[in-house]
Amino acid sequence: MKQEITLTVNNKTITLPIKPGETLASLLRLRLHLTGTKIGCDEAECGACTVLVDGEPMMSCIYPAARADGKSIVTIEGLVERVQEVVKLHPLQEAFVQHGSVQCGFCIPGQIMTAYALLKRNPNPTSDEVRYALKDTLCRCAGYPMIERAILAAAHTLRTGEPLPLPKIPDSIHHKDIVGRTHLRPDGIDKVTGKAIFTDDLVFDGMLFAKAKRAMVPHAILKSLDITRAKALDGVAAVLTAEGIPGEPKHGLVIFDWPAIIGVGERIRYVGDTIAIIAAETPEIAEQAAELIEAEFELLPVITNPVQALQDDQPQLHETGNLLKHIKVRKGDMETGFAAADVILEHTFHTQTTDHAFMEPECSIAVPTDDNRMEIYVGSQIPYQDRSQVARALGWDEKRVRIVGQKMGGGFGGKEDIAGQIHAALLANVTQRPVKLLFDRHESLLVHPKRHATQIRVKIGAKTDGRIVAIETELYGDSGAYASLGEKVMTRATTHSAGPYDVEHVRADCYAMYTNNPPSGAFRGFGVTQSAFAIETIIDMLAEELKINPIELRRMNALHVGSITNTGQELTESVGLTECIDRVKDEMLLLTPDPFTPVVDPNTPHLVRSWGFAVAYKNTGLGGGAPDTSNAEIEMFENGTFEIRCSSAEMGQGLVSVMQMVVSEEMEVPPTDVRVLVMDTDLTPNGGPTTASRQTYVTGNASRHAAITLRNALTAFVAEKFDIVPDQIYFKDGFVHANGSKIAYGDLAKEMKRAGQTPRALYAYEAPKTQPLGTGGDMHFAYSFAAQAAQVEVNKITGEVKVLNVIAGNDVGMAVNPLGLQGQVEGGVMMGLGHCLTEEFIVKDGHVVTDYLARYRMPGIMLTPEIKAIIVEHPTAEGPYGAKGVGEICSIPTTPAITNAIYNAVGVRLDRTPVDQEMIARELWDIE
Amino acid sequence: MNLWQEYRQPSTIFEAIQDLTNAPQPALPIAGGSDLLLDIRQGRHAPVHTLIDLKGIPEMNLIEVRGDHLFIGASVSITQILNNPLTNQHAQALVEACNLIAGPQVRNIATLGGNVAHALPAADGTIALVALTAQAEIASADGLRRMDFVELFLGPGRSAINKACEIITGFYLPLTDENQASCFKRIMRPQGVALPILNCAVWVTRKADVVVDTHISVGPGGPTPFRATQAEDVIRGQAMSEPLLAHALDQLLTQAKFRTSALRATAGYRKHIVQGLFKDTFITAWKRAGK
Repeated sequence: MKQEITLTVNNKTITLPIKPGETLASLLRLRLHLTGTKIGCDEAECGACTVLVDGEPMMSCIYPAARADGKSIVTIEGLVERVQEVVKLHPLQEAFVQHGSVQCGFCIPGQIMTAYALLKRNPNPTSDEVRYALKDTLCRCAGYPMIERAILAAAHTLRTGEPLPLPKIPDSIHHKDIVGRTHLRPDGIDKVTGKAIFTDDLVFDGMLFAKAKRAMVPHAILKSLDITRAKALDGVAAVLTAEGIPGEPKHGLVIFDWPAIIGVGERIRYVGDTIAIIAAETPEIAEQAAELIEAEFELLPVITNPVQALQDDQPQLHETGNLLKHIKVRKGDMETGFAAADVILEHTFHTQTTDHAFMEPECSIAVPTDDNRMEIYVGSQIPYQDRSQVARALGWDEKRVRIVGQKMGGGFGGKEDIAGQIHAALLANVTQRPVKLLFDRHESLLVHPKRHATQIRVKIGAKTDGRIVAIETELYGDSGAYASLGEKVMTRATTHSAGPYDVEHVRADCYAMYTNNPPSGAFRGFGVTQSAFAIETIIDMLAEELKINPIELRRMNALHVGSITNTGQELTESVGLTECIDRVKDEMLLLTPDPFTPVVDPNTPHLVRSWGFAVAYKNTGLGGGAPDTSNAEIEMFENGTFEIRCSSAEMGQGLVSVMQMVVSEEMEVPPTDVRVLVMDTDLTPNGGPTTASRQTYVTGNASRHAAITLRNALTAFVAEKFDIVPDQIYFKDGFVHANGSKIAYGDLAKEMKRAGQTPRALYAYEAPKTQPLGTGGDMHFAYSFAAQAAQVEVNKITGEVKVLNVIAGNDVGMAVNPLGLQGQVEGGVMMGLGHCLTEEFIVKDGHVVTDYLARYRMPGIMLTPEIKAIIVEHPTAEGPYGAKGVGEICSIPTTPAITNAIYNAVGVRLDRTPVDQEMIARELWDIE
Repeated sequence: MNLWQEYRQPSTIFEAIQDLTNAPQPALPIAGGSDLLLDIRQGRHAPVHTLIDLKGIPEMNLIEVRGDHLFIGASVSITQILNNPLTNQHAQALVEACNLIAGPQVRNIATLGGNVAHALPAADGTIALVALTAQAEIASADGLRRMDFVELFLGPGRSAINKACEIITGFYLPLTDENQASCFKRIMRPQGVALPILNCAVWVTRKADVVVDTHISVGPGGPTPFRATQAEDVIRGQAMSEPLLAHALDQLLTQAKFRTSALRATAGYRKHIVQGLFKDTFITAWKRAGK
């Protein structure tokens, strides 16, 4: 029996003892500390762990390390060349940075390694060959078009030796020196070289590994729990049950209804509920201990959907009952409205549960400090909320907890709630050792809050000329076992349920319900994805009924400056909906002059093409009367550089770029002189939650005002010290200028320090006040608008649907970073496409069916259509340089654009997502 | 717990068989491992003590002509099957099936032997091998033996191979001449579980306009890999025509036992889409045989 293996890793030959059960990924990550190789699923589905073995790309998560004996391995860390201590990126790495292919960065090592192998084999690949090679290398930010362009660009450079072809992305029409022009992410290079550290890449001395014992029954009373065998297992450091929580037993973002651990005699509300937590010397021991825990349950009837939850005879899941919230929108008078209508249509729609499937599974590391505090290393969308929730559970003052945010491999709303933060902290507290709690993909799918499955009934009344006079909607939202952000999400679904239309009479009722399904919470689109599908489908039905072009119908009813929204808000500026509609329409007509008429493929007559159209709007910011603030702090250093700090989350969307650009713009320094620090509750002031497409607006503004405040302080200092009138002082190219002379920022910083001043400024930005729903007035301070057109090809025999083209027009106010924006738009369209065609989180009687990534299909590069992004810029006065949110709006109209296209192609109306090809075939054929 | 304790890498078939019986038990052969390791990790298969790696056995990594057959070693990777000129010449259906198995990285490690050892009656590679009338080569302590490929399958997930003491070492496929060709096609459903909802492979011998001989397989068409023998009987020796295919299709629909699989497809839908799939696949193979 061999005891050792010898392998070459990145040109270095090493010999290591064989470890039982070790995969190549573990060997690389844990023994060689080459953490650029990522584990996204541990089931050979996502490709993040791809490395080269003797030149061939392999998924290292299923490659036995022992098999690597005698082989040569190349990882992402091996691509960089060091030429006399200068790091030289491989052209692929360079291209990924330049082309904006990098967003969260978690999948990027796998993408680059797969592409690297391709280019070794085929130096001149076609677009199809790139897609074929990257078929199963998933990217949830869905930078597929940019990844493809980067690979083709790198191939060109490698082949010809010519400089890297750069992307051609137009500047913002409102651009300044820095903002509004293409900007490269500050973390891009770290993310393409494998240097970027995500939470699971961290190792602490003496670190324990945690595991949560999940109930795995959807509804029950925990009758008994026996942890003796688990506790007795060698290598187990602690086993905690509900009694082991020193502070408050329940957590939550709005309502504290989610027990960190369910106690004996208490109610289990979904399969992911925790009944005990374990810390052990190795992950394997922790897992083994979890299996030794014995529990008895009294099983209870399962509430599987929100309609059932509202019925009288059902068990009540919470003390407050099953109704989380009844949300109402009232405008005008429905009787008058429908009486005035010439045509009335009514239809009920259903949308599915979906999972964020961010590439990086949740990971928290809790580290007790010598001064009796607790540090939590985690990628979280709301660091300050994590801090208060962890402190509550520990029974501590929240200042004793520090959240140290790490790079995040995507969030999309799915990393707003507590995942393992509290459990890790509780175990670290009792053991006084660092504790890592890493979810595997299976646990991630089971546990974290999803997108609400929603039932939506829409009744719409219109005049024969197309004027919509009344819309009534009724929604049932499946909020699952716990509130999370369910009330907020379903409020947004409700207020947006009549679409971006100017309608006199609107009534909407929504019942956000508790059920025994996994909780639902925030997910890009925040409820509007669901209601947009319903309203945009019935608008097309109405257009057909009225024999009016569906684009015209939307245009004539579109919200415009001067409109009153359904919640009673007068829109006074920044309503670019009509321009979105017109520009998307024009682009579509260039490709297909008669877009809504089905076109039969002459060679394969069962393939039929057509286009569909949809529009949407989405609020920027929290709204509804919630104070919407962000704090940013800027500091200038003696070497002339700056740091901008805010706790808001960078999850791939590009906030760090925005902050860097804003400071660079305002301080007149190159962006490279501006460092960005985010997500640390000790070092960065509170930026609030990274949700609701709000960060460019609020933290963009906070950063901008912090810079202006600092500039004013510098001006005052210079004015006083040199006795110059302040308005003669100006900032340019890293210097403060006055009276023909200048002082470098670094020297000024030294001067100020000598004078006992710190060149630092904190700015607390408060967004314009909003009003609660039901009180009229401004519910939100800004809205983004969008129109999308999608072209599909439907196979009339099988019902299969392929999306060929998507044209996405988004009114974002102002494109702060056009390159980052392009990535957001293309990724948003792909996420919308997944929601429409491939993704369904299936729960049967409370049990999760799609509990592995192999069963939850997110779109890969092969499904990526041609995406044309059109940027519309109607600035909002209060936004930074006019900008408003984009993260969500770009994803919302995709689903109805596709389903409307399917109807236009083959006449099958989809009222349920995801699209079921069998259902399409059944509508077209007589199938038993 | 560890997925395995001990990892052995024999370099001959003989050693592998010895290891299987002599190594600390439970012992299992592993080829690519892309299915097996996940089965263990996800609790569908009990952890093993010893894994016996078949990837490094040179005899099982060959693709070569042996007499009037093409031999494909069971440890050959799916990618190698895709790229090999011999498989492309003699086993188009298999190459097309391999092109649809998983993604490129997994194809670099996954093997046909592993795919078959799982005994899934509708796996892409399996359906192709049925139409190509493959034989499997099995090694045991008694030496090597050959058996008809379809006889490996006892039922869904149940293989005739005793994994405790036997291994599949390779496959023999009849060589094709210029009048013979094959084709594989499948239809997917993008949502939910990652399995095709229907696949089909056809092999034909053509002489001018006459179908001299044909083999047709469809998956899933029953608990073991389904061969549409009744449809073959209808076609064999007849002049190619649309009505002939329609008649064959009737026979195929009578013989196949399409079933409803939750979250994937109903039996009715399968019966509907098999019509187009069968015709497409047959006509493609037919045209190829005429070239």
